[in-house]
Amino acid sequence: MIEIRNVSKWYGQTQVLKDCSTHVAKGEVVVVCGPSGSGKSTLIKCVNGLEPFAQGTITVDGISVSDPKTDLPRLRARVGMVFQHFELFPHMSVEQNLVLAQVKVLGRSAEEAVARGAALLDRVGLREHAAKFPGQLSGGQQQRVAIARALAMDPICLLFDEPTSALDPEMIGEVLDVMVELAQEGMTMMCVTHEMGFARKVAKRVVFMDHGEIVEDAPTNAFFDAPASERAKTFLSRILHH
Amino acid sequence: MNYHWNWGIFLEPVKSGDETYLDWLITGLGWTLAVSLTAWLIALCIGIAVGALRTTPSRLLVMLGNAWVELFRNIPLLVQMFLWFFVAPEFLPREWSLWVKQDMPAKEFITAALCLGFFTSSRVAEQVRAGVGSLPRGQHDAALALGLTLGQAYRHVILPQALRIVIPPLTSEFMNVFKNSSVAFAIGVLELTFQARQMQEDSEQGIETYLAVTLLYFICAFTANRVMALIEARTRVPGLIGKPA
Repeated sequence: MIEIRNVSKWYGQTQVLKDCSTHVAKGEVVVVCGPSGSGKSTLIKCVNGLEPFAQGTITVDGISVSDPKTDLPRLRARVGMVFQHFELFPHMSVEQNLVLAQVKVLGRSAEEAVARGAALLDRVGLREHAAKFPGQLSGGQQQRVAIARALAMDPICLLFDEPTSALDPEMIGEVLDVMVELAQEGMTMMCVTHEMGFARKVAKRVVFMDHGEIVEDAPTNAFFDAPASERAKTFLSRILHH
Repeated sequence: MNYHWNWGIFLEPVKSGDETYLDWLITGLGWTLAVSLTAWLIALCIGIAVGALRTTPSRLLVMLGNAWVELFRNIPLLVQMFLWFFVAPEFLPREWSLWVKQDMPAKEFITAALCLGFFTSSRVAEQVRAGVGSLPRGQHDAALALGLTLGQAYRHVILPQALRIVIPPLTSEFMNVFKNSSVAFAIGVLELTFQARQMQEDSEQGIETYLAVTLLYFICAFTANRVMALIEARTRVPGLIGKPA
């Protein structure tokens, strides 16, 4: 579903992605982790073309992201993305947040879009909040709305960029529950996250990045039980014993 | 002060004609409103477009936007009035030039409204650019990630937020438009300042004249201020600024 081949990227003189290659098969969950500044967010933003990259190729469902002939908006409409800071549109009600792209991008009728939005809100347990504005919701609620907004486009895969890093600890669970449910239903997901419990539970593979490189790309159990590199060992010991 | 006050002067007829001085001022107020409101409309349309262009990824568009802003904000408004009125028509093709100089209807009004509109648009553009720049980058990313085109992202996500943020500085600009419109007298628009000068010379009651005109300008600018405050209150987002509704 997602194929990343030999991707390199520079910010001026600094190389932020070094020859990165990995993939996510249909129905698979892959967790990307690594210390901050390791390039994991940059890599995931390359997947839907929010960040351009200088070398390599990324294809989603066989369509090249960097090909100038690719209709990027159309491709992005099929790839859902959930952000660290939710990025709900604060000037729109929850319902409008869910409806906007369905109508403007997919061309659904307003009634159809509202119905789809309501069903998804129900699913993330927020049906009664449809008329509220994002600023009136807690962080955990906002992130669940953001997931519903991504799902409303009926995406073929979902990208998560540290979806729980900006949340208060007591709200992380409600967001992870939704993500676990999606994973168990067979949604293709690429998740940048430090939630190792989530990774153990649903990830097929874990990709470990450091300094812009993919240092390890291993099946989940192998990664946790016996990380091959020193850097991954150090990272895991820090993150699991803090 | 050895001055003969005469507050009844406004109801007296002018020396050459059957109008009163009040009629002159009302005519002046009408032209001031017409020039100001037309200019404001032009300034908003162009200013929002140019301000948005200056935040796009296209270098060419940014450059064009910057050029527009620098052109109109670095030349005094009075000089711009003269440039549009006296100089610009000379650069038109011969027949157009003749038409503009001889037959164009409401030439002074159109020139003044366009000139003031362009001048103000550069200032609006600067504020809109700042407003867009103050939004978190993630809003732009989230809009594009949903499959919206850049144009749709600006129309539905970026500009509605940026414009709310810049309502306070835009209020000052709206008020400035009324005050700046007084410069239009220099090219012969029969607006308030023009009428005031005429009344002062005709009636020799300069103090009453300018106090009345001062009051009228004050009312215009103050009304603009209140209208913008109303718009600000109406467009306030629940939970975003201030207390939830």
